[in-house]
Amino acid sequence: MSLLAAAGLWGPPGLLLTFALHPALCLRPAPTSGPPHRDYCVLGAGPAGLQMAYFLQRAGRDYAVFERAPRPGSFFTRYPRHRKLISINKRHTGKANAEFNLRHDWNSLLSHDPRLLFRHYSSAYFPDAGDMVRYLDDFADRLGLHVLYNTTIAHVTLNKDRQAWNGHYFILTDQRGHAHRCSVLLVATGLSVPNQVDFPGSEYTEGYESVSVDPKDFEGQNVLILGRGNSAFETAENILGVTNFIHMLSRSRVRLSWATHYVGDLRAINNGLLDTYQLKSLDGLLESDLTDLAIVKDREGKFRVTLKFFLEEGNQSADAITLPQDDNDNFAMRVAYDRVIRCLGWNFDFSIFDKSLRLSSGGEFSKKYPLVKASYESKGSRGLFVLGTASHSVDYRKSAGGFIHGFRYTARAVHRLLEHRHHSVAWPSTEHPISQLTSSIVRRINEASGLYQMFGVLADVVLLKENATAFEYLEELPVQMLAQLETITGRRARHGLFVINMEYGRNFSGPDKDVFFHDRSVGHTEDAWQSNFLHPVIYYYRHLPTEQEVRFRPADWALPRPTAIHHIVEDFLTDWTAPVGHILPLRRFLENCLDTDLRSFYAESCFLFALTHQKLPPFCQQGYLRTQGLVGTESLRRHREERRFPQGYATVGRRREDGAPGPEGGPLAPGPPLLQPHDSNKEEL
Amino acid sequence: MMSSSFNIYRVGISFVMMCIFYKSAVDSLSELSPQKYFSTLQPGKASLAYFCQADSPRTSIFLEELNEAVKPLQDFGISVAKVNCVKEETSRYCGKEKDLMKVYLFRGNILLREFPTDTLFDVNAIIAHVLFALLFNEVKYITTLEYLQNIENSLKGKANIAFSYVRAIGTPEHRAVMEAAFVYGTTYQFVLTTEIALLESIGTEAIENAHFYFFHCKQVLDLTQQCRRTLMEQPLATLNIHRFIKTMEAPLLTEVAEDPQQVSTVHLQLGLPLVFIVSQQATHEADRRTAEWVAWRLLGKAGVLLLLRDSLEVDIPQHANVVFRRAEEGAPVEFLVLHDTELIISRVEGNTHIEEMQEDEDEDVQSPDMDIQDDEVAETVYRHRKTQLPLELTVELTEETFNATVVASDSIVLFYAGWQAVSMAFLQSYIDLAIKLKGTSTMLLTRVNCADWSDLCTKQNVTEFPVVKMYKEGKHPVSYAGMLGTEDLLKFILLNRISCPVNITSVQEAEEYLSGELYKDLIPYSSMSVLGLFSPNMTTAKEDFTKAGNYLRGCVITGIYSEEDVLILSNKYGATLPALLLARHKEGKVESVPFANSRVQDIVQIVTNALLETFPEITVENLPVYLRLQKPLLILFSDGSINPQYTKAILTLVKEKHLDSLTPCWLNLNFTCSGMETSSSCL
Repeated sequence: MSLLAAAGLWGPPGLLLTFALHPALCLRPAPTSGPPHRDYCVLGAGPAGLQMAYFLQRAGRDYAVFERAPRPGSFFTRYPRHRKLISINKRHTGKANAEFNLRHDWNSLLSHDPRLLFRHYSSAYFPDAGDMVRYLDDFADRLGLHVLYNTTIAHVTLNKDRQAWNGHYFILTDQRGHAHRCSVLLVATGLSVPNQVDFPGSEYTEGYESVSVDPKDFEGQNVLILGRGNSAFETAENILGVTNFIHMLSRSRVRLSWATHYVGDLRAINNGLLDTYQLKSLDGLLESDLTDLAIVKDREGKFRVTLKFFLEEGNQSADAITLPQDDNDNFAMRVAYDRVIRCLGWNFDFSIFDKSLRLSSGGEFSKKYPLVKASYESKGSRGLFVLGTASHSVDYRKSAGGFIHGFRYTARAVHRLLEHRHHSVAWPSTEHPISQLTSSIVRRINEASGLYQMFGVLADVVLLKENATAFEYLEELPVQMLAQLETITGRRARHGLFVINMEYGRNFSGPDKDVFFHDRSVGHTEDAWQSNFLHPVIYYYRHLPTEQEVRFRPADWALPRPTAIHHIVEDFLTDWTAPVGHILPLRRFLENCLDTDLRSFYAESCFLFALTHQKLPPFCQQGYLRTQGLVGTESLRRHREERRFPQGYATVGRRREDGAPGPEGGPLAPGPPLLQPHDSNKEEL
Repeated sequence: MMSSSFNIYRVGISFVMMCIFYKSAVDSLSELSPQKYFSTLQPGKASLAYFCQADSPRTSIFLEELNEAVKPLQDFGISVAKVNCVKEETSRYCGKEKDLMKVYLFRGNILLREFPTDTLFDVNAIIAHVLFALLFNEVKYITTLEYLQNIENSLKGKANIAFSYVRAIGTPEHRAVMEAAFVYGTTYQFVLTTEIALLESIGTEAIENAHFYFFHCKQVLDLTQQCRRTLMEQPLATLNIHRFIKTMEAPLLTEVAEDPQQVSTVHLQLGLPLVFIVSQQATHEADRRTAEWVAWRLLGKAGVLLLLRDSLEVDIPQHANVVFRRAEEGAPVEFLVLHDTELIISRVEGNTHIEEMQEDEDEDVQSPDMDIQDDEVAETVYRHRKTQLPLELTVELTEETFNATVVASDSIVLFYAGWQAVSMAFLQSYIDLAIKLKGTSTMLLTRVNCADWSDLCTKQNVTEFPVVKMYKEGKHPVSYAGMLGTEDLLKFILLNRISCPVNITSVQEAEEYLSGELYKDLIPYSSMSVLGLFSPNMTTAKEDFTKAGNYLRGCVITGIYSEEDVLILSNKYGATLPALLLARHKEGKVESVPFANSRVQDIVQIVTNALLETFPEITVENLPVYLRLQKPLLILFSDGSINPQYTKAILTLVKEKHLDSLTPCWLNLNFTCSGMETSSSCL
């Protein structure tokens, strides 16, 4: 297949791409002999695939998205079966800040186009899945993303080549047998294979993927649902009113997302069955390992639950099989069921990937998720990244990486990594004088949506310059990659760094925790470290942590032990701008770490310092001395006199009082200074 | 409330004690007939006698109290007796009626005082009154400040004064003072008052039941000098006074050169800690002064010693400059590094409190000013938060309105963040500016709150706050880089009204421009007008100058003249083309500077240098400009405007090139530092 033909498939945008490809092609030997080449291939045009395509497109990269369906987001054309998305579509927050509003918009993808916000597609708080399909369609369309629809990639394999970016190319073969060669493969195929648990009688179960969604079909029936996730409860919710009763069976106890703070656990919107169970309305929840069970069909065609153990006893006919109630006549599941529905979640489709890619190599999630590093790159083959729901192994049951409102940020992080790795574009950062440090952090903790959603996974990093006179601000870095920061971002971290992370209280969340206990929230600054609800935590490291330190960090810590740590007290309104409650303690923490004075001063005070001190506070150095001092108005000045500012600055002096020997440990200063008022003794310059 | 309940408690205690010792105590109060009594009186010995009717009840509250007083009074050498007035032996001291019975104090057989029984209401009152009467000369009772000053003056250089205030005569505190006076009355002049007003006038705060001061008058030689005063901080009780006076007698400062562990002074015996100030030969004088200062502050609370490191045999840690030793036996000696004498004081005072406040220790560890705002900008903005600003004078822009607005009209945009103190402080200046410019400016004053329109600010390349940008005629926006204040921004806006450089088209216009007539209203904001002179064919030079003018926009007026008749001007001002004419309006002078082959940077340099004065007054606004010259400032401090003579002298020195390595300037102490404490402490 010639390149021209491939370009032709895309229509007009192809022209642009051919142009972009041209210089690359000149460098490669015999372009006509091999399969058509792309720098980036994205598998799947779901939310994650489209999100990645958007970033690649904006960066002007050579890429293509392969999608087997005729339009994007095919998963959402069927799932969820009952059509109600449980991702929040909050259209009003009372704020204009677009970045802040993304914190409460769980469906939109990231783009520069404000029309491509999900709130323009649905007014429902829990929107219909059809709207998501429409949204994704528009997203791909409006942004002109290069998606090859109706292209099913049937097989992916590796082709070693020394000249390739990663030492090998990925060869994708589609259903027509056409091959595509890619330098980087981005897998965003989601979890598409229904999880099946193998036990005797599993053939009698109906799957979530195919079970009827019409409540009429369940009228007056006894229903057993296997699983206790959102799909199980969603199914139960739909038929709750028409069945005799529903029993729900799962290996471990129900996990409520409002108790675990993990959006993948059972959401309150689906939990009607919990209510009827606890109110003794015949429905019920049971815990047992499915692999120990067996289901047998009795003479009436109803289903009986028994133990696998009994089945193995001998070759008996169906009616003669021992049932638990034979020994134990009050066995809970002794009734016969009309239906058994299996809602056991989804697995990644490993089938199209060649063994040589080593996408799965055992381990905890070996069946469910492909094996990836914290950078979302496959552990088995360099240059293969997993995006979207399939990449959730990184923060499974912790953060939001398996959901649109989480993986839209991780896709951006992966894109930034790739930009640096292959195009020498360093991780985007802004550089500021140190006097802006407090403000930069306050700004981000109050509006950043990536930090808020991907708490504990993506974190902002402040890299200090020499002598802490300036800093670089990097946003949303995969925090587990902190040790490799220099190599993955192209930025230098030689003079210490801050990491800004969002965290829940350590012992607050959990399936068995009471999250409504008295005194659950903290209001006082001194108790900030005991904050339970999501709040910013600032870590200070004098040196970049090593890989060892990151790997062997304390259990349940997002980061290795820092030189210093600061919790900003949780806030009911998640508005961390209180001057004394939030900003002042943060500033003091930063000052203590950097041994500097980060207060702001009016020009008059700077003037005074300039005439009486050798060294000025950074705010004066970076403002006043550059003729950009803050003059202040008459009335402000009046207020100031009431408080008799300025007090001697030099926080350094303040700190020395704790007994640490200063540079001059000798005799005390002679007479005169002693007669000065108390606070002026703080001056030490 | 507290004190009264305390008294009740005491009375209760004494009542119980009395019951217990009733039998034995009653024996000690001798009961005599008048005749017998007078025969026992010895010359010079004091005696207290209660005359009562023989048939009066054997017990009364007064008798009980008197019984109590027998033993203490005997300790002072005063005998106590109850005299029974029997019919046959009438004495003039015997009252006629029961209620009129009195108590008499004799020395020898001379009557000193008589007391109605109700003045001697309890044992303390009895002792206090008796001693007060006997020590009439030793304890001066005063009621006015004047009297106190007289005593003070008369004793300067001679003796120290023990001054005390008690709430009333006859109180336990009064007794304590009198007992002390009995012992020390010959050494110190005791002065007693019951007047609160007097206490207030010597500056006592938080006046309580009683106060005891020690006035150090003996060492005052200069009569105009006041005696130093030391206040006893412990409650007024005999033992405390005794201990206090002991420490007053001890030397203020002792120099030692022995192991701090071995040193023993009266302070340790009295249960007070010792503070050693470590000194060495080189700094001995200074240390001694420091130590003396500390000693005065700690007088009565701790002993202060000067420890000479050089002649010391034992080792003490190298950095330690203070050694602290508590009075408890076996308490370890603490070696400390304290950089502030206040810390020594607080350490001693804290240490004495430590027993009482053990539980609060955890809280003490936390810095007490944890949540006190020490950022002056944040503090003033916070205090000002409820003041309504006329924000409507500026146009608030949003993501939707921004582009249309800055395209449609020349605009100044303030990018700020609502939660940031510096932004909000500057917003007030900005609003003041809007008030000043109301209805006069063609420039639209607008603002964008980046807390709301984060994306917009990022797109406009604003990542710090506050930032001011000028959007004019659809050109690339210009960032304002001046002081964040009303005046400076006003200057920037006004000077930007004309293009920079402005094109001058005739010689006459050029003359008007140089004289300041052309832009009369702008002259107050630009002390200098710059005119570039070019022949019409000097295109590169003109281009460079135009760029420089653009760069200097908002800070100085620039103009350009390149007509055919340019020679008229260049000849007049003696300039070779291309040239800069610098018109200083204050002095009415026009100076010409040739700048052939100068680049943009050089032209800017020439102009900015020309803007500097030779002997400027340093102000808050211009200090950074002069500091930028990287030369030391030679500052003349002036109380008010500078004396023209000094100006002349400095200018002469400058002219003779004596001051080339310095920037001479002067500073008006009255003006520049106004509002900052006082002028003298300002620098």
